[in-house]
Amino acid sequence: MSATTAAGGWSWNVVTDVHQLFAYPFMVNAFLAGTIVAVAAAVVGWFMVLRRQTFAGHTLALIGFPGAAGATLVGISAAAGYFGFAILGALVVAATRASGTAYRGFSEESAVVGTVQAFALAAGFLFVALYKGFLNGVNSLLFGTFLGITVGQVWALLLVAVVALIVLGLIGRPLLFASVDPDVAAARGVQVRLLGVLFLVLLGVAVAEASQITGSLLVFALLVMPAAAAQRFTPRPVAGLVLSVVIAVTVTWLGLVVAYYSPYPMGFYITTFAFAVYLASFVVRYLVDRHGSAPARALHARVGT
Amino acid sequence: MACWRGRSSPWPQVFTSDALGHAAYTGALAALALGVDARVGLFAATALVAVGLGVLGGRTRADDVVIGSVFAWILGLGVFFLTIYTTSQSTGNGAASVNYLFGSIFGLSPAQSVVAAVVAGVVSLALVVIARPLLFATVDHAVAAARGVPVRIIGVGFLVLVGVTAGEAAQDVGALLLLGLMAAPGGAAQRLTARPFVGLAIAGGIAVASTWVGVILSYLVPSLPPSSAILGVATLAYVGAALVARARSTSAGERSRSLAGATRRFRTGAS
Repeated sequence: MSATTAAGGWSWNVVTDVHQLFAYPFMVNAFLAGTIVAVAAAVVGWFMVLRRQTFAGHTLALIGFPGAAGATLVGISAAAGYFGFAILGALVVAATRASGTAYRGFSEESAVVGTVQAFALAAGFLFVALYKGFLNGVNSLLFGTFLGITVGQVWALLLVAVVALIVLGLIGRPLLFASVDPDVAAARGVQVRLLGVLFLVLLGVAVAEASQITGSLLVFALLVMPAAAAQRFTPRPVAGLVLSVVIAVTVTWLGLVVAYYSPYPMGFYITTFAFAVYLASFVVRYLVDRHGSAPARALHARVGT
Repeated sequence: MACWRGRSSPWPQVFTSDALGHAAYTGALAALALGVDARVGLFAATALVAVGLGVLGGRTRADDVVIGSVFAWILGLGVFFLTIYTTSQSTGNGAASVNYLFGSIFGLSPAQSVVAAVVAGVVSLALVVIARPLLFATVDHAVAAARGVPVRIIGVGFLVLVGVTAGEAAQDVGALLLLGLMAAPGGAAQRLTARPFVGLAIAGGIAVASTWVGVILSYLVPSLPPSSAILGVATLAYVGAALVARARSTSAGERSRSLAGATRRFRTGAS
């Protein structure tokens, strides 16, 4: 993996380094794709963390893996497999949720989720095994890669992300209402269940996008950690969304640059940077709560954080 | 041949084994990167994480975001060690990652299966010893604590057992799929019976049967990887158990549904 060896290596001359970085078309594509994915994942992820659906996101990511492997096996693009399976998976999750009082206790629920996740991975592994000579491809499907992203893929990612963000923009306010207080929202005539299904589909789209950069196993790095950190920094929705996007994009860019100049894989860097920001959010929060200004404390007391 | 005894965990700690799977992968690859036997890292990492989870879980209820983020990062570390291993060790090969993610039951040596059998025996014995208080503590935590059951110690002890089992299973079906081998038979058994010791026997039986059937299937069909076959059989067993449970409860369900409907009609009529 990550067999890039930079022509000149890191020189501490930032201008030449950046110039060199963008001299290769594949690096330009990687930056474009990474940015698009980071924005989409951060925005959808913010709502996902708010709605406490991180394990749904995790499951959808694992369902995307056999999709991508199967698509490669039958000779279509892995991206189509990611999108197809993740969206289909989202609909299935939504259907099982909607079928009423399926919650017969946590252990039942988690046994189902665990079985589904492991079965998805096993199916993916089967497809990989059937597609001979694909051994290193497994690692890029699971842990991400930034090599070989084509211009066509960048356009596809952009198109899907724009559509997803427009839909999210349209349903944003009622979704926020329904996420924070579903009962009151339902009483006020908000279509809580429809919004839930729509959001799961959007989550599937965002997961499929993120999987193409971070791999199926590391989607948390772009989907969860920036959003969770942002929600620790600020309880305000707009500020939180902006912060989440800023963190995700910064982490992706840093990961790409460092991975380009080092032999270690990008998935490691992106998760590590995102995790560092997440940890920092705990520290900052702790310090603010300890030595925070009076207005900040009053605000936190009022929103109950 | 190596046969992992399916002491499944039918209690709400399925995600613990998911987390342990990730730790197992990183532990194994870290050991390989350092040039140590991978199993040392495997068991060390799973036991360490199990104790950590047990101790933390006793104090605070860590939420899913925290758990998910920590283990995503641990997996990221695993890839890092993988790269160190494949680039620095002369014997390193890219297949190591796939082996530890998806297992290689056919690659186990006789010595490895002996070790696996011994470890499985010890785990089963330990579980039998703590079974009754563990069951009590699981079903009703507060009452068990009040009755003087050492709930904390038993919880941590159970997690260590899960950790060791995860380390075992990681060698057979891999770090990613062990969750299924621990969750599917346990879930299936709980669908079939509410009685704990019968359930344990059924869970063990299903796990062993799916391992054997899976191995035989993948021997007969060479292009079918053993791990996928084992998981496929285990999933089928779970689906079958769910269907049986549904068929069995249909008559009872019909009655309770009509009762619920009557209650609802009564309520709406009253309001």
